[in-house]
Formats: sequence, structure tokens, C-alpha cells
Amino acid sequence: MDARAEPVRYVAKNMRLDLRLIAEMIEPGTRVLDIGSGDGTLIDHLYRTKGCDARGIEIDMAEVTRSVVHGLPVMHGDADSDLAQYPDGAFDYVVLSRTLQAVERPRQVLAQMLRIGTRALVSFPNFGHWQVRWQLLWSGRMPMTSVWAKPWHETPNIHPCTIRDFFVLCAEEGYVVEKWLAVDEEGRRAPRRRSAALANLFGEQALFQLRRG
Amino acid sequence: MDTAQPDIQHQHVSFDDGLMLECGQTLAGLIVAYRTYGALNAEKSNAILICHALTGDQYVAETHPVTGKGGWWDLVVGPGLPIDTTRFFVICTNVLGGCMGSTGPREARDGTVGLWGTDFPPVTIKDMVSAQKRLIDHFGIARLFAVVGGSMGGMQVLQWASSYPDMVFAAVPIATAAYHSAQNIAFNEVGRQSIFSDPDYAAGRYWEHDRIPARGLAVARMVAHITYLSEEALTRKFGRRVRGAQSIAGFADMFEVESYLRHQGSTFVRRFDANSYLTITRATDYFDLAEEHGGDLAAAFKGTRTRFCLISFSSDWLYPTAESRAIARALNGAAANVSFVEIASDKGHDAFLLDEPDFHRALQGFLSGCAEHAGLP
Repeated sequence: MDARAEPVRYVAKNMRLDLRLIAEMIEPGTRVLDIGSGDGTLIDHLYRTKGCDARGIEIDMAEVTRSVVHGLPVMHGDADSDLAQYPDGAFDYVVLSRTLQAVERPRQVLAQMLRIGTRALVSFPNFGHWQVRWQLLWSGRMPMTSVWAKPWHETPNIHPCTIRDFFVLCAEEGYVVEKWLAVDEEGRRAPRRRSAALANLFGEQALFQLRRG
Repeated sequence: MDTAQPDIQHQHVSFDDGLMLECGQTLAGLIVAYRTYGALNAEKSNAILICHALTGDQYVAETHPVTGKGGWWDLVVGPGLPIDTTRFFVICTNVLGGCMGSTGPREARDGTVGLWGTDFPPVTIKDMVSAQKRLIDHFGIARLFAVVGGSMGGMQVLQWASSYPDMVFAAVPIATAAYHSAQNIAFNEVGRQSIFSDPDYAAGRYWEHDRIPARGLAVARMVAHITYLSEEALTRKFGRRVRGAQSIAGFADMFEVESYLRHQGSTFVRRFDANSYLTITRATDYFDLAEEHGGDLAAAFKGTRTRFCLISFSSDWLYPTAESRAIARALNGAAANVSFVEIASDKGHDAFLLDEPDFHRALQGFLSGCAEHAGLP
């Protein structure tokens, strides 16, 4: 299966929440690359409200066309093969929103993000959520939840991970976790910041701000 | 056969100080023929330069003085169209080496009454851009809002953005490449050899004998025209349909696709000069933008602040999407502002001249977005 063919899409309500949380983390007037920019909502928002020089990369050609039609600087490409060409430090932020689990080489993609950008903002659905654990334990079958909504043979999510997995990867790679938060699907911010273990159990999505160590 | 095209006065500017060419020769005089549409604003900030393709010309959006047909980009340039002439001042020049009034093989040779013919020096895409720049300077335009062009026009757009980055706010190279591939050169060479092998070519001085190499030029056009289409488009338009005889009847039996190509060839020779065709195809073959930057295309755009929009077409095999993607990646290497979209079309390379709504919407949207960034109303 071509993992890049169909990035995960969520309902608009959650998409806006996810993007809003990311937008809150971005300083005005900065250079931003949004990988998997979809219909360009985030880069449009960053340009209009924060005066950012925000650009996008998107794999879905219909979304690219829609973005360009709206005058947004978006190019067709993907996280796995189109980051290597950028020079070091070309951006202040590189955003990867709910796409990490669908790329072919997550580790390399993260490394590229932190090479071309000072900071990386990464969000992903948490595979450690209690419902996911419970379903696998109870039914013995691959979990299907509102977040993990496709059967195992249809999902583009070839590299699911948990919040703890991600902390471990950041430690191995020497990335500094500057900020992180876990939220549920309704967007309620989990009051579990002090405990990664609890966030890993109750957070449906995670958002990390990283920089090079 | 009648050799002379109707004697048409093309709008033009003469530059008496001439033009130094890349080959080292200098043209003592330079004529740039052009057309404009719309009005230049007081700040001279709303100009769009359109660069035409190999066999195009400056008659972008009006009745052509030779063929009597509509402009080649009537669908794109005009009031309310993607390149909106109520908003922008549109300029198109006949390329250096062309045959619609700009200095070229069909024009009078420096200081003589005779024509240049095959003595016309070899020109390059960069030379064409140098000639265009003279006209832009003549208009007193310090910065073009946009430079737009497809195919060979796209090469000129890339050259403009590379040579004069501060003069180009936005660049739209369409269905093009940063260099001519061996396959591109090969097809051009078939066309050229076809012209050379026509007895009426008369070693390039056909006009002296009141002839034109109509057969050779027509065949060149036929071959080229195949490269502008796609297998799908040819199948859809013609399939294996025959005109007339249904039984095996030798070469009298005519497939519709043959008839179409012959028509393309025969109408082409009425408006295009063979020596111009040779000169311009050669210019495209020479084109390799990375070459003057040690083979590094990103270096050609180093430090650029131009906003780029690359557009390719899925069924274009003459300048396939991979070529546009290579340009987009090189621009990423220069940390440039790049939009890049491939338009789904089965019409082949020619799609940029045809009714492709997604293409037109993307072009319009990109230009509108740039206008906002440029502070244009």
C-alpha cells in the first residue's frame, strides 16, 4: 500500500482545533513550512493573522489546486521526499500535523524538519489511548476508534506510535521537547501535563514543539 | 509558390545601439515587435510580460494579422480572464529570431537591403530575454508584476527570474523545463533535417528564388505537433477512423489523424518562416539554465525573492511534470516561495493553450494572491 496516497483526514471541527493549537504556538512574522497543508487553512490563517511567511507542501493534488486557486503558496510534494532540498535553517517552524504516523520514514522526516527549521511542531494521534489498548486486549483485533477509523488493511497509518514512544524517540535523537500537550477529540486539553503516563492513557492526540538539542 | 507573407507593419521599437549576443556577435540594430493589452498604471507596477512559445507570437489576445484567427491565448488574456486586462498591463514581444517583426532571419540584415537568412547569428533564450528587457526598460518599468509563459515561454520566464530577480515579482513557468533533454533535441533535429532536405530550401536563401521549403517546414510541424499531443488525446480525437475508402487502398486511404497533421503542416507554412524555425528550435536546444551555475539549478535562483508558480500537465510528455518538479525542488534549495501544481489533463503539452478550467483557476488565483502581496488593487 502506498502510505502517502491518502493522508489521514479528520472532521473539520477537530482539524480546526488541531490547527488552532498549532497556530497558538507560532510567533508572529516567522517563516513557516506546513507539511501536509491540506486545503491551506493553517498557512492562510498564519499569513492573515500573524503576518507569517507561511508555505505548504501537500500530497493530494486536488488540495494543492484548491490552495493555489486561493493564492496560497503550496507545492505538490511529500514529507518523505521533498524536505531534503531545502537549505539548513530555512524556516523558523516546520509543522507536521497528524501526518507523522503515515510517512514512510518518520525518524528521517523529523531529522529533516529540525535541519530545515529551528523548531518542529508535530501532532499525531496517540496509539496509547486506553480505548485502543482496551479494544486490542478485549477483542484481540486491531482497534477501531473515532481517531483510528479505518480497518488495518485500509489505513495509511503505517507508523502509529504512543506519546511515550515519541518521548523516547526525541530522547534518542537528542531533541529538546520545549512544549507538549495531549487533548481529547473534543479538544478539551487534558489536565495531565505533569504525567506523561496519564496523558498517554487519556490523550487522544498529542502536540509537541521540538528543537535541536 | 508565394513566398512573401502579406506585408504587415508590426508595432515595434527600434534600438539603434543594437544587442550583444551570447555567441559573441553583436546585432548593430535591434527591433522588438510587441503588442500590449490593458493600461499601465501610474506607478508602472501592474505590468505582466507574457513570453510566447516556439511558434507563437505577440498576438496573444486579438485577431492575428496573418491568419485572421483569434489570439493564441484568447482563453487566458482579456477582461475578466485569468490574466485580467482590466487589472494588468499585458505585454508580449515577438522573440528575437522570430518572424513577426522582431529582428530575425526574415528581417533586413544590419546595414544592408538583403535579409539575414541563414547568416542570422545563433541566439539563445537568454538573448531573447535581453531583447525583451530592452523593451521593458523602454517602457520605464522597473519591476514587472509577473512574467508568464508556457513551453519555450516558460524557459524565458525562468531566465528572467534568474537574470533579473529584482525585476520579477512573480514568475509563472508553465509546462516547461530548465534544460532541453536529449529527446527534446532529437525531435527538434528531425524537424530541422526535414527543412534542410527540402530542395526548395535552397541552402537557406529560398526567398531569393521566390520559393519556400513548404514541404520540409510542414513535416517539421507535423512531427512537432505529435509531441504537443498525447496518445490519449489522439485516440479520443481520431482513433483509427478513416476518411473515404474503407478497404485497403494504399496511401490514398487516409486516416483522420493523417489528414489532421497535414492540415496542421500546410497552415503552419503560411505564417512561419523556415529559417526562424531553425533559429528558434536551436535556441531551445541550447537552453540549460543550470549550466552557467556549475550545473546547480538552485544556484540560478540563489537569494531570489520572486514568488514562483510552476504548472505542469499530467499527460505532457514533451516537458513532463518531472521537469517542473525538478525546478520546484531547485527553488526549494534556494528557499524560494514556490507553488507547484500538476493539472490533470489528457491533452498533452498543448493543454496550456486549451480550455483547462483548473489551470485557469490556478493561474488566476496565484496572480490574485501575488497582487495582494504586491499591494496592487
